Order: sequence, then C-alpha cells, then structure tokens
Amino acid sequence: MNSPLRLADAHPGPSFAVTFDGREIRALPGQTVAAALWAAGVTSWRTTRDQGRPRGVFCGIGVCFDCLVTVNDRPNQRACLLPVEPGDTIRSQAGTGHDG
Amino acid sequence: MADRPHLVVIGAGPAGLAAALTAARHGVRVTLVDAAAQAGGQFYRMPAAPLGTRRPRALHHKWRSWERLSGDLDRHLATGRVRHLADHHVWCVEREATEPGPAERKATGPGPVVRGERPRSPSRAGRSGVAGGPVGAFTVHALLGPRQERGVAIRADAVLLATGGYEKVLPFPGWTLPGVLSAGGAQAMLKGGLVLPGRRVVVAGTGPLLLPVATGLAAAGARVVALVESADPRALARAPGALAARPDKLAEGARYAARLLRHRVPFLVRHTVVEAHGGDRLDGVTVAALGPDGRVVPGGARRLDCDTLAVGHGLLPHTDLAGTLGCGLDGVAVRVDDEQRTDVPGVWAAGEATGVGGADLALAEGRIAGRSAAARLTGRAPEPRSRAAAACRARAALRAFAAGLDSVCAPPAGWAERVTDETVVCRCEEVTAGTVRAAVTDLGAGDLRTVKLLTRAGMGWCQGRMCEPAVAGLTGCPATTVRRPFARPVPLGVLAGREERDNGEDSAVRTDGRAASATAADTGTGTGTGTEADRCESSKDRRQADTDRQ
Repeated sequence: MNSPLRLADAHPGPSFAVTFDGREIRALPGQTVAAALWAAGVTSWRTTRDQGRPRGVFCGIGVCFDCLVTVNDRPNQRACLLPVEPGDTIRSQAGTGHDG
Repeated sequence: MADRPHLVVIGAGPAGLAAALTAARHGVRVTLVDAAAQAGGQFYRMPAAPLGTRRPRALHHKWRSWERLSGDLDRHLATGRVRHLADHHVWCVEREATEPGPAERKATGPGPVVRGERPRSPSRAGRSGVAGGPVGAFTVHALLGPRQERGVAIRADAVLLATGGYEKVLPFPGWTLPGVLSAGGAQAMLKGGLVLPGRRVVVAGTGPLLLPVATGLAAAGARVVALVESADPRALARAPGALAARPDKLAEGARYAARLLRHRVPFLVRHTVVEAHGGDRLDGVTVAALGPDGRVVPGGARRLDCDTLAVGHGLLPHTDLAGTLGCGLDGVAVRVDDEQRTDVPGVWAAGEATGVGGADLALAEGRIAGRSAAARLTGRAPEPRSRAAAACRARAALRAFAAGLDSVCAPPAGWAERVTDETVVCRCEEVTAGTVRAAVTDLGAGDLRTVKLLTRAGMGWCQGRMCEPAVAGLTGCPATTVRRPFARPVPLGVLAGREERDNGEDSAVRTDGRAASATAADTGTGTGTGTEADRCESSKDRRQADTDRQ
C-alpha cells in the first residue's frame, strides 16, 4: 500500500508526542495541526455553536474557518494553518471555544 | 540596491514568482511577500521542509517549470535583488493620500509610475496624469508567522497583486459532514502535510482541478472510488477556437486520462453527487446521472461507499486586497489592461486574481506584469512592441482556452433545486437554504446584501467567501463582490498601529518562514488582543445574552 510519505520519499525528523483530547498521538515536524490529526485518523475536532454539528478540515488553505480548534488553551486556531509543535495540547472545540 | 525603486509582489505562486523574477531582472528591487513558509503558492505547494522529502516532484506536475522558477528565485535571493518574506499574511494594502479622486482617476487612466516624480498635492497628481509615483506610496500591512499576532508594515513604490484564488464549493445535502472537503483542500493537505483524509475517496464536482486531485490521491495510496464530473468533456470540442489554440492542453488532458486508467479510477461524466451520507462522519454519497438540461435523470441514482468526498466547482479570484485599494473589477476578477495594470495607478495584478485560468496563464500574466512594473518604475517603455505582442498573443490564447473550459465546466443548471431547505448553506453561521430562500420570498430581499442582513449568511468567520456563490444561486440575486476592509482577521493591537516598520534590507527582517514563526511565537501570548473571528463570536455571544435576558 502506497502512502504520501512513501510517494514523496519523505525522511522526516523524529516524530514527537502531542495530545488530542488527552490522548497521546504522534506528530511529524513540519505538519500542521490538521495534518497531524488526519495522520492519527481524526477528521473532526469541532462542534458548531448552534446545532453542535461536527466539523473538521474543509477548505484546507485557511479560507473557511471550519477547522477551528483549541491548541494550548487558545481557542479558534485554524488547524490547517498552524504548525504542530512538540507537547501541544490540542482539544476539540465546542461552539465558540470560550464556554469553559 | 536600496536606491532602486521598490516593487512589492504579494503572493509567491506561479504569477507572483514570474512577476517578481521578471521585475528583478529588469532593474527593480523586489520584495516577495507570501503567507506560506515556502514559495510556490497552492499550485507548487511544497511539503514542509522538516518532512525531508527526496521526491517532492511525485506530488506535482510541470515540475521542470518549478525547478526553473525556484532556481531563479534562489539566484535573485543570493544577489539581494529579491527578498522573500515568507509567513507574512497581508491583511491590507494602503495607498498614501496622494491619489487622485475616483473621477480624476477615471479621466487620467492608469498612467505610468515614474520614480522620483513626487506630486505636491493630490489634485496636481490627478491633473498631471502622473499616477502613483512617490517613493513609499504604498504600505503593505502583514501579520507575522502562523499565530498572526504581530504586524509589520512594508513601504513600496508599487504593488503587484498575485493573490491567487480559492475554491468554490456549492452546497448539497450532507456537505457539512466531516470527510467532505474541497478538492483543492485535499490536494493542499496531501502536498503540504503528506496526509490523506481517508482511504476511500470520491472526487466530484466540475472543472480541471478534479483530474490532478483524483490522480494525486490515487498515487498517494487512496482508493479513488470514482471521479464524478458534472460536465461533458466532449463539449470542449465545441468550444470555439479554444482547443485548436492550445493543443498542449489536450495532451495534458490525455495524460490525466491515462493516469486515471492506470489507477483504475472510474470516470463518471455528466454525473453529480446529490447527497452525502453519514452520522458524525461521511460514509457514502449518492451520485446521479444528469440529463442535457443539468437535471437529475430519474432512476439514475446510486450509492457509493466512501469515507472522503473531495468536491469543487471551480475557483474564485482572491480580490480582497484589490478591493481595499479601490481597484475596479470585471465580474468577480480584478480588471487589468494589456500590461496587467489595474485601474489604480501603481498597482498591477496577475494570475487567478484577474480571472481564473490556471498556472500557465498565471506565469504568462506574471511575466507581462513584472516587465511592465519594472519599466514603469524606472521610467522606460515596457518593452519592444514585437515582444509585447507575442506575450499578449500567448496570454490571449490561454485566456480563450480558460474561457472555453469555464463555459463547459459550469455547475449543472439544476444544482440549486437539489439544495433542500434543511441544507446548511452558510457554514459559519449555520444558515439553511430555507432561511435564505425565505429572505427573498417572504421578506422581499432583492440583493445579496439584504439577504445577508436578514439571515446572517455571510456574516461569520469566513465573511461569505464560502457561501456567497451559493446564496446568489439560491436567491437569483446577482453575484456581487463583497468589499471587505481586511483580507483576514487582524488583532486589535495591530489595527491600533502596534506594528513594526520593515526597513527594506535591514537584517532584522526575517526572510525565512521558520525564523518568522519563532519571532511571532516569542511574543505569542499575552497581547490581549482578539482576532476578527473572536469579535464575530463576541457579538454573537452578546446577541445570545440579550436574547436570554428577554
């Protein structure tokens, strides 16, 4: 089975640990938060304000704001733009992310 | 170098790179400002450097033209003719108050920008026809690094907008489910982060982007269950003159067809996805055959199991910066003349921002714009007439091809009828199609702005970038280009003027993305500023609180 890493013959720096909703996942240096979550099989990490519907990446290039997420207690970060850093605490965001 | 006129090129995709390199070669100092950590734009989006790819070309096509561009960029960076400010998110370009008023501008047209001619007053500038001109006539405001909390202001004699485009996705039932994403978004995540959204993918919609997306995902190990194209590619043969002018484009199409075959991707033409299914995540789509009228053929629907739907209906130009500068638009694209000058003196535009047409057209427009800007800034005529004519012919042929493709790949006529009243249209504010329709039928709205005020469709985080074409299509209101004061959310502190001045060749200016990110991260917390997104939320919270009290 091919993979994007194999296709591009990637030799990334060592993976590191971050947490997503308290669970440890491994991330690769250079990836965005969204890419790290996708790589861990997570495709939704936000629920909408009004209907509580799940959302994840939609536009992938920082236009649509669907992929908002809470990183290190800062809500409303665009996961598709934000590089993931070692030790990041990533949390699913409910609504505005300001509800505690 | 510092005494040369200074052109700021915004956007480091094909158009911006071509423009920056051409302008630098013709004697001006160029600062290339771009939001990404590496040059290339969306078309040549590179894997992040720490991913250490030895074969990034496997994710791309037209790799040789990228090698030429990036090689030239490296050479110009080494000589100092070009600076590349990566991780700089431009939110506004300001023109100093030396400009003539709109009426005068109309009368004088886009005149040459002549270095050293500093008009004494706005009215004199207008009367003399010396448009733009004074050194530092523009200020480009950018936010630094991924956190975008600190600002920098860059002075420029002239500005070249190569801001590219973004994807248009029209709504259908289920399109907000996780697992449904834009076709270009899937490709961007693959090229930049080397990740796939899922294993079983349907690629759907219309337009030439679907081909590289489907073949790229398949090559990277996804099972592409189907490529679902609503247009009939055979109609291209009827697009007048366009095909004959660009036989290379036909060959490109044939290469994609071969790749689809190799990856065993079924290609369903004149089909569309009518619904996406799933609970918390996509688990399948229903596709249906379309009749010649663009409506679903009864009995022709079937379900395809998949965990990902990559969907797109073409691209839209990014015109926010042009809008803040007051550049005129043709439809939804920035209006330019033969030299790629906008009708605001001192401002050029090239690439998708001036009309979506693909990377080859962007490169051609970038070169024409770069040559023109360099000549005008150094007080010369743009170039020998014969050469200009050849460049214009190439551009005309590419534009004709793009127009032909565009007419063939228009979304099917019946798309709006398939949007049920329950379907969310504005993803940010969760406004349904029923609400949008009622604004017209029950409340009498007759234009997009009124629909927006009555429904909140387009008032959320993305400021209507995603839902505007859908709202226009559902209501029958003419599509207008929203003029947004800022191209992206801006921290209040930056708005209040707390930003650094960029000192041109000052070594304090960071020229690589990682350094810029580190700088931003250093002061990342405690600025006490909210983003525009936060402000939208706060106003909504207040609204909710008001409702609760009543």
